[in-house]
Amino acid sequence: MSNDPFQSWEDPQATPLIRFENVTKRFGDFTAVDNLTLDIYEKEFFALLGASGCGKTTLMRMLAGFEQPTEGRIILGGQDIAPIPVNKRDINMMFQSYALFPHLTVADNIAFGLKRSDMPASEIAGRVEEMLKMVQLSQFAKRKPHQISGGQRQRVALARSLAKNPKVLLLDEPLAALDKKLRQETQFELMDIQEKLGTTFMIVTHDQEEAMTVASRVAVMNAGIIKQIATPDAIYERPNSTYVADFIGEVNLITGKIASGTEKSCKIAWEGGTITAQPREKLAKGTEVRFAIRPEKVAISAKKPAATNAVQGKVHDIAYLGNISTYHVQTETGQIIKAQLANAQRLSRRSFTWEDSVWLSWTDTAGIVLTE
Amino acid sequence: MRRALVISIPYLWLIALFLIPFGIVLKISLSDPQVSIPPYTPHFDLSAGWAGIKDFFSKLDFENFIWLTEDDLYWKAYLSSLRIAFISTILTLMVGFPIAYSMAQAPTEWQPTLMMLIILPFWTSFLIRVYAWMGILSSEGFLNQFLMWTGLISAPLQIINTDWAVFIAIVYTYLPFMVLPIYATLEKLDPSYTEAALDLGCTRSQAFWSVTIPLSKSGVIAGCFLVFIPVVGEFVIPSLLGGSKTLMIGKVLWDEFFSNRDWPVASAVAVVLLLILIIPIVLFQKQQERAQEADT
Repeated sequence: MSNDPFQSWEDPQATPLIRFENVTKRFGDFTAVDNLTLDIYEKEFFALLGASGCGKTTLMRMLAGFEQPTEGRIILGGQDIAPIPVNKRDINMMFQSYALFPHLTVADNIAFGLKRSDMPASEIAGRVEEMLKMVQLSQFAKRKPHQISGGQRQRVALARSLAKNPKVLLLDEPLAALDKKLRQETQFELMDIQEKLGTTFMIVTHDQEEAMTVASRVAVMNAGIIKQIATPDAIYERPNSTYVADFIGEVNLITGKIASGTEKSCKIAWEGGTITAQPREKLAKGTEVRFAIRPEKVAISAKKPAATNAVQGKVHDIAYLGNISTYHVQTETGQIIKAQLANAQRLSRRSFTWEDSVWLSWTDTAGIVLTE
Repeated sequence: MRRALVISIPYLWLIALFLIPFGIVLKISLSDPQVSIPPYTPHFDLSAGWAGIKDFFSKLDFENFIWLTEDDLYWKAYLSSLRIAFISTILTLMVGFPIAYSMAQAPTEWQPTLMMLIILPFWTSFLIRVYAWMGILSSEGFLNQFLMWTGLISAPLQIINTDWAVFIAIVYTYLPFMVLPIYATLEKLDPSYTEAALDLGCTRSQAFWSVTIPLSKSGVIAGCFLVFIPVVGEFVIPSLLGGSKTLMIGKVLWDEFFSNRDWPVASAVAVVLLLILIIPIVLFQKQQERAQEADT
């Protein structure tokens, strides 16, 4: 990401703040986290993304200290944290349910951790005031958690977990309880706060949009394994496996075999013809591959275009989403390929409709060739 | 209309089984004793018409209530009942809270069984269980025999017919009323509260005292009232296990009613007892309302 001021993960000299070293966690027969190695750097906003049960929450709970790894080590700032109990770790967590103490006021909730730290009592009130100001809740200091709205509770939880100025803040599905509009606003607030404080944030979420918006890097997890770690754009544009391509956003997956190819270019034979694409490496003839292409990179036209790759088909279905429409086009061989068009014109002037014969086309750099 | 009908059922129940009997008891407490059947006067005589009703009301007075203040037996018995109820409520809480806490911490699949074990004693008659305690606590009872066998004591302890026997039996009998409401509160307590407290730097015991205890307050208060209120009027346990010095108002009431056959004074004792208990009951109701408000 060019607009990102730091890219510590690209720097081989940089030492990570957090390092998971071959960490495995088993619950009875079930392996929640499987021999996982992961580096997270200072000031990162790191997202763990995955479907429920993929092990992302377990990974975070091990870092917080609620679970101990079955095997492997977790290192924070050069120190193995296994012997450090949860209350002594310089890590705070924002819970999915917020876990605000209902018997304490907003201010007392924020002060809760400070009162148990070595901060002198005279400084606590000032720190609480500062945190309240940061989340713009100064006038709600005396309220109890049940007397404020869901969005305000979320901010109190954030203020409480940041009050002790931890090295790492863990966020467990922090926005899951908010409605969509509020969630989007809060995502930007989170990013602003993270940028201002420079604290390392690690967010666990199943919402890919959220992960892509807030994070500097995203790790996609499945079945206890990290499938890919990359910046949001790299995850989207250059997924390394069918799982990641399919998990993030919408994608067309076309199965075929390499007909011929060099390092720069290859031809994939599939039942609907031949696709020219750019592979990441030279692939041997006959290799089974999947060609993945995002719907918005597929152009749709009435006449045969002059593009490298073109397929003819019939409009099978149209999903109208307001700003864009997704056309489900059925090729002659029966495969459905999705193409997305921005609705630049009014609906009544739409160029294509059901059962129209159309051409789909894309350039040789639009898609990605996956072997996994 | 249907709503009114549904609401009227509990009200009718209360009127028929509480308010009317209470009115009768109140009326008797204002009467004078008399050797007759029933053993008090005046009687309500409708056949005499309006004059009869006037005559009836003119004969009612507060003599019995004044008597209660004159003889120190009564207020001593009330105070002693409150004292015994208070101490045994505290003892029941001290025994009940750890039980409820460990039940709530137990694996989920165990919890119904543990709950069952708490309720199980109710399947045996209350009276039989109190008699069983007589067998356990008496001088030649199991407890003394066991303690002497272990060599801890050389002579039997005098437990039965003391306040201690009363406390032991009350704690045993009323334990489920303490455990169940506390368990219900602890069981629905989100475990992330404790985790959040630990995460913010509490030790396990700090988290327990600063988060778990305050958040289980409503269950603790409910359990304490459920024990305290009936124990104040308890009669069977002090009369079977207590000593001659164990003074409780339930026993006084019994003696007044059956030994003295002084129904009016017995009724006055009952009315005052009810008035004393109304205070904690109202407090309890207020607390429940507040707890409900906080939940929403």
